[in-house]
Amino acid sequence: MQTAYLLLIPLIPLLVFLVLGIFNKRIKPAVSGYIGVAGLAAATMLSCFAAFQYFFVADKVNGAYQTFIQKTAWMQFTDTLQVDMGIFIDPISVMMLVVVSTISLMVHIYSRGYMKGDAGYTKFFAFLSLFTFSMYGLVLATNLFQIYIFWELVGVSSFLLIGYYYTKTSAVAAAKKAFIVTRFADFGFLVGILIIGYYTGTFDFEALNNPAGSAIQNWAFTSTFMGLSAITWALILIFMGGAGKSAMFPLHIWLPDAMEGPTPVSALIHAATMVVAGVYLVARLFPMFLFVDDGFVLQVVAYVGAFSSLFAAVIALTQTDIKRVLAFSTMSQIGYMMMALGVSGFDGHEGVGYMASMFHLFTHAMFKALLFLGAGAVIHAVHSNYLQDMGGLRKYMPVTNFTFLVAALAIAGVPPLAGFWSKDEILVAAYENSPLLYGIGVVVAGLTAFYMFRLYFGIFWGKNTRYAHTPHEAPLSMTIPLVLLAFFTSVVGFIPFSRFVTADKMGFEAHLNYPLAAIAVAVGAAGILLAWLFYKTENDLSDRFAHAFGSLYLWTSHKFYFDELYLFITRNIIFRYISAPIAFFDKKFVDGTMEGIGNKTVLLSRKIMSVQSGKVQDYAFGFIGGVVLLAAVFIYLWTF
Amino acid sequence: MIPGISITEILTLSTILFFIGIYGFITRTNLISILISVELILNASVINFVMINKYLYPDILQGVLYALFIIAVAAAETALAVAIIFNLYKQTSSVEVKETETMKF
Repeated sequence: MQTAYLLLIPLIPLLVFLVLGIFNKRIKPAVSGYIGVAGLAAATMLSCFAAFQYFFVADKVNGAYQTFIQKTAWMQFTDTLQVDMGIFIDPISVMMLVVVSTISLMVHIYSRGYMKGDAGYTKFFAFLSLFTFSMYGLVLATNLFQIYIFWELVGVSSFLLIGYYYTKTSAVAAAKKAFIVTRFADFGFLVGILIIGYYTGTFDFEALNNPAGSAIQNWAFTSTFMGLSAITWALILIFMGGAGKSAMFPLHIWLPDAMEGPTPVSALIHAATMVVAGVYLVARLFPMFLFVDDGFVLQVVAYVGAFSSLFAAVIALTQTDIKRVLAFSTMSQIGYMMMALGVSGFDGHEGVGYMASMFHLFTHAMFKALLFLGAGAVIHAVHSNYLQDMGGLRKYMPVTNFTFLVAALAIAGVPPLAGFWSKDEILVAAYENSPLLYGIGVVVAGLTAFYMFRLYFGIFWGKNTRYAHTPHEAPLSMTIPLVLLAFFTSVVGFIPFSRFVTADKMGFEAHLNYPLAAIAVAVGAAGILLAWLFYKTENDLSDRFAHAFGSLYLWTSHKFYFDELYLFITRNIIFRYISAPIAFFDKKFVDGTMEGIGNKTVLLSRKIMSVQSGKVQDYAFGFIGGVVLLAAVFIYLWTF
Repeated sequence: MIPGISITEILTLSTILFFIGIYGFITRTNLISILISVELILNASVINFVMINKYLYPDILQGVLYALFIIAVAAAETALAVAIIFNLYKQTSSVEVKETETMKF
């Protein structure tokens, strides 16, 4: 398979970014929109072509999809340890290429309508292109170091786009929060990478992931720390980086605030692509996670994922900002993916969790982007993020209503939409592994259906709000992506994913597990029904329920006070007892010494400044006086 | 060698001349006077050159040649100094030495 042209996929968005960034002021907004969309369209076509080539044209070796690598040495540390730059083509990276391209293209088209008239229109498209470039680089990385570089680059683009409305204090604070929290997690990632580099002597995914390779075979022979081997620790730290990016508990606090960014950004970065980078990272290193320490780290991944999933779903029940509901829903669904990865095996049908996770990543990207773009259209029409200000919009926005309904049904797991298929596979994988995880999965499925339809009924049905301005259906540039994504959401579930993307790259035949599917659908339907009763028409049932739960409701609506907890820890403990003394030491002792030396020198020179009077005669007097003195000394020495 | 005058007397003369020059150089505030004092110092050294040549090596003229050389250099130096003083005068309308204090900054 030819791989040279794949280099163009990341390079086209980079070029678009440079053009839009450099000629920012000289390009008319309309033109910059077209440049962005055209660049992405080209990259999307290349990605789809690459996927077709890879899955259908390129030869398999022993029934497994090959891995194509093209790379050049970038930094050489030792004979064996070097950092390469290149592209890595295997099933999951090709799949991610398609996901990123599709969603990014839809968001680009959508943004032309959504951002119309905004002062920073060109800048916005430049940032979007930067993000897309970074994401492609992350997906195609050949080694841990390269993925880390692009990992930080997507972090930066996310920061720039969350803080896009930089005159809003809350947006600036949210951007800072997102950057610092993920950066904190990335510190763990970096340490993990360095440990891996030290003990295995390579950063290369191919060498690391080889089940017969030295990295996996020799994990037990590295030094141990607190009962776990160094490689195990490295994987835990790498997962910490992934958890930060993917907003897993307890590093999730940045994601809801990141909704301060423009809605297309939330759809692209904080729903479909960047936040699943953590899942992608675990999947990328899956053989290591699975074989090192008999899958201990994978268990951690599974339970962190399952807990985050449940936790976020519970919080999503009570939020009133529609974008935040979607943000918690994203966190919940990513927890699902993590859980699926965590319960997966390697060979054949045992790898169903891995397959299910990637499948869910794929379908989730479609319907969650659709939900966000739909929410964006609603916000565009109503000029508010809050459920209280909405209601009865189905009469004004038929297209948005229909596409939102499709997406909500998909995420609730209603057959035959996309979410049903992937969620079913996840539940099968969890069921085969542990009853607890399966139980959590089913509960979350029910909660998901409930909060999603709470949102749907709250926006499009419910009370007949009187609007100051009559809401209008979004313009064509916004509805076309909605319709396209709704179409994808309806059909991508039928892709026989297990034939293409599996842990061992061999593919297997997945069959629908009818009893489990029936349970999942029943739970989802119950959730929808409950939401129907509560929110379809205006009634006080939901308020009475909220009262019944009392303090639990309060805790949930305050996101279990995690923001406050973090603020307390950082402000009252870290700042006061660690940072403040260190700052004091730095100011008084380190700076004090240096400044003291400087100040004393200045003082001394002030004192002796008068010696240099500027009168030649004073100098001459000094000179001659000195000569006389010396002469007297010498005469004395010579004579006696 | 000069009848009636010993080397001690001549050396005393040049020493007196030298210290008069130094005294003038240190105490005078007028730049022209300082220049004159410098000339006195130079002349004192010229006398020394000639006298010591005469008393130590009467048959060669190296000291006398040096004396001529010093006189030439002194003339050039005076011309230069006067030029500097003129320029200073243009700036400050005075030839007082305290005006040159500003040059240290």
